[in-house]
Amino acid sequence: MKEKNQVMTANRLGDGAVVYLAEDDDWVLSLDAAEIAESEEEAIRLEERAGLAMKQQKVVGPYLFAVSVTGEYVAPISQREIIRAAGPTVGTDLPETTPLR
Amino acid sequence: MYQYNEFDHAFLKDRTAEFRDQVARRLAGELTEDEFKPLRLMNGLYLQLHAYMLRVAIPYGTLSAKQMRQLGMIAKRWDRDWGHFTTRQNIQYNWIKLDDVPDILDALAEVEMHAIQTSGNCIRNVTADQFAGVAADEIEDSRVWAEIIRQWSTLHPEFTFLPRKFKIAITGSEHDRAAVKLHDIGLRMRRNEAGETGFEVIVGGGQGRTPIVGETIRDFLPKQHLLSYLEAILRTYNLLGRRDNLYKARIKILVAAVGIEKFAEMVEEEWLEIKDSALALEPEQIRAIEEHFAPPQYETIAEPVAGFDAARFTDPAFAAWTRTNLFPHKQPGYAVVTVSLKPAGGVPGDATSAQMEALADLAEKYSLGELRIAHEQNVVLPDVRKQDLHRLWQELGEQGLADANIGLITDIISCPGLDYCNLANARAIPIAQRISRHFADPALQSEIGPITLNISGCINACGHHHVGNIGILGVDKKGVEHYQITIGGIADENAAVGRILGPSFPAEEVVDAIDTLIATFRKIREEGETFIDTVQRVGIQPFKETLYANH
Repeated sequence: MKEKNQVMTANRLGDGAVVYLAEDDDWVLSLDAAEIAESEEEAIRLEERAGLAMKQQKVVGPYLFAVSVTGEYVAPISQREIIRAAGPTVGTDLPETTPLR
Repeated sequence: MYQYNEFDHAFLKDRTAEFRDQVARRLAGELTEDEFKPLRLMNGLYLQLHAYMLRVAIPYGTLSAKQMRQLGMIAKRWDRDWGHFTTRQNIQYNWIKLDDVPDILDALAEVEMHAIQTSGNCIRNVTADQFAGVAADEIEDSRVWAEIIRQWSTLHPEFTFLPRKFKIAITGSEHDRAAVKLHDIGLRMRRNEAGETGFEVIVGGGQGRTPIVGETIRDFLPKQHLLSYLEAILRTYNLLGRRDNLYKARIKILVAAVGIEKFAEMVEEEWLEIKDSALALEPEQIRAIEEHFAPPQYETIAEPVAGFDAARFTDPAFAAWTRTNLFPHKQPGYAVVTVSLKPAGGVPGDATSAQMEALADLAEKYSLGELRIAHEQNVVLPDVRKQDLHRLWQELGEQGLADANIGLITDIISCPGLDYCNLANARAIPIAQRISRHFADPALQSEIGPITLNISGCINACGHHHVGNIGILGVDKKGVEHYQITIGGIADENAAVGRILGPSFPAEEVVDAIDTLIATFRKIREEGETFIDTVQRVGIQPFKETLYANH
């Protein structure tokens, strides 16, 4: 697993949907298709492209966030980005009830 | 209910047209996000984690059936078929598209609603006791005064850019159901020795990162001076409130810094200047608003109501619901019904469009066409004849709205938390779901008795965790969600801020921790004691000891 991998994300202007910067300056809904910056230089280039997309009114509030890459799998590290990528967890992760005392 | 006049209708129409143009310019690239953001916020439109969120004001929590039906229609047509009722008597739609917003605002305007002043450093939606106008224990109907404040504060030019947001709450009863001591200004209706009604004025309350219980700056304010006195408070705050530090900008920080006596002195000095200005309310102005809230034509119904009593004796589940979800009405033969939006494992405050539609129908059928939203995130049917209660309860059951848990441990207040909110550090709703599922057994809830359990996903405290008998605050601990637990909080006239019990717990241990607190309470309570009674009698130590016994 590599550390310090980063992905560029933003909200899409029209509907606020979570999007990720991918090849050919596409903004995609799936994190799997996002371009991953493996160095600070690559991250800076993602920031430049995101700045342009913002000026072109494609997206709002772009920023980089950390991901872990294991083989083909890309996963956000922070809980916030996990929820942004997968949607609200409401009602989806209820554990077994703790026994009552 | 207050009915818009021609001016109100024309104003909303113009305002929506203006925002339609602003949205079009934003989408066409003529406005940058920096330029557009303050404009959208002035219309209640936020950008949250997954989408735009529209916060719609429900002034003092009062809704007609027509308005509730429209809120359901909006959820169905432009959102994902549900809406979320909040602790400030607003409704939030979580999945809104930018170019739909002008149409949504038009749909709201059709039923005399809007999203203005639900964001920004202005006077926000005025909140009130959800039983106003019908409660048997009421001194006077606070909706009249909430409406007067609403009209005064809407687009008030002097208070559009305050140091920070400003929240006013009002209650018309001795027993405070509107958490007035936890607001920037709290108003409690009072009767003086001459039998006249007026207001006790409380300032400087609030939650957030610095929870403070408000203090009284005037024991009795004659009603005709309400607006001039509020204006004097706002002017003092607007002039002296800190604009250099976001976390020190609320009025509570100013009041704490100068002291309540000095602050009261400054307000009184300002007030003397404007007391007899155009802000003084003339009797006919008050009467004109009172007419909008004239009591409906109630039937004369003799108590006891035989059909109601018979149903209680023969249907134990209905009897249980009547014990928790009814409140005494001022009119004999009627009851105030609180409809729980807190099913076991459900999302506190959420209602589907079908439920909103059904509630509108039931309000028309059984409650003279009116509803209320409680700051505890439930819905109230204020005017139900007792002989209709059993049928109403059955019909609520068909919609999944007949839970008998008002004021019990599963009647949890919860903010949206990290599942939706950009400010949150941790999730709140899934914790509420786990707890309500854990304590779902009605017999157990009844045995535990009255208690408030409130959850916030960050220190901004939208979930009122500071004033829950049990409060849960989500925090980020090195990237992992943790939850800090407090006990002893109270939101009513005896308002108190809860005390932290110790180190926070990871999410998977929270239910166990709450279970430990409840088990401790059940072990040490004396006969007839509620949870808060026991905490006040023994302090937090016994709870702390059992909670951290194995840590």
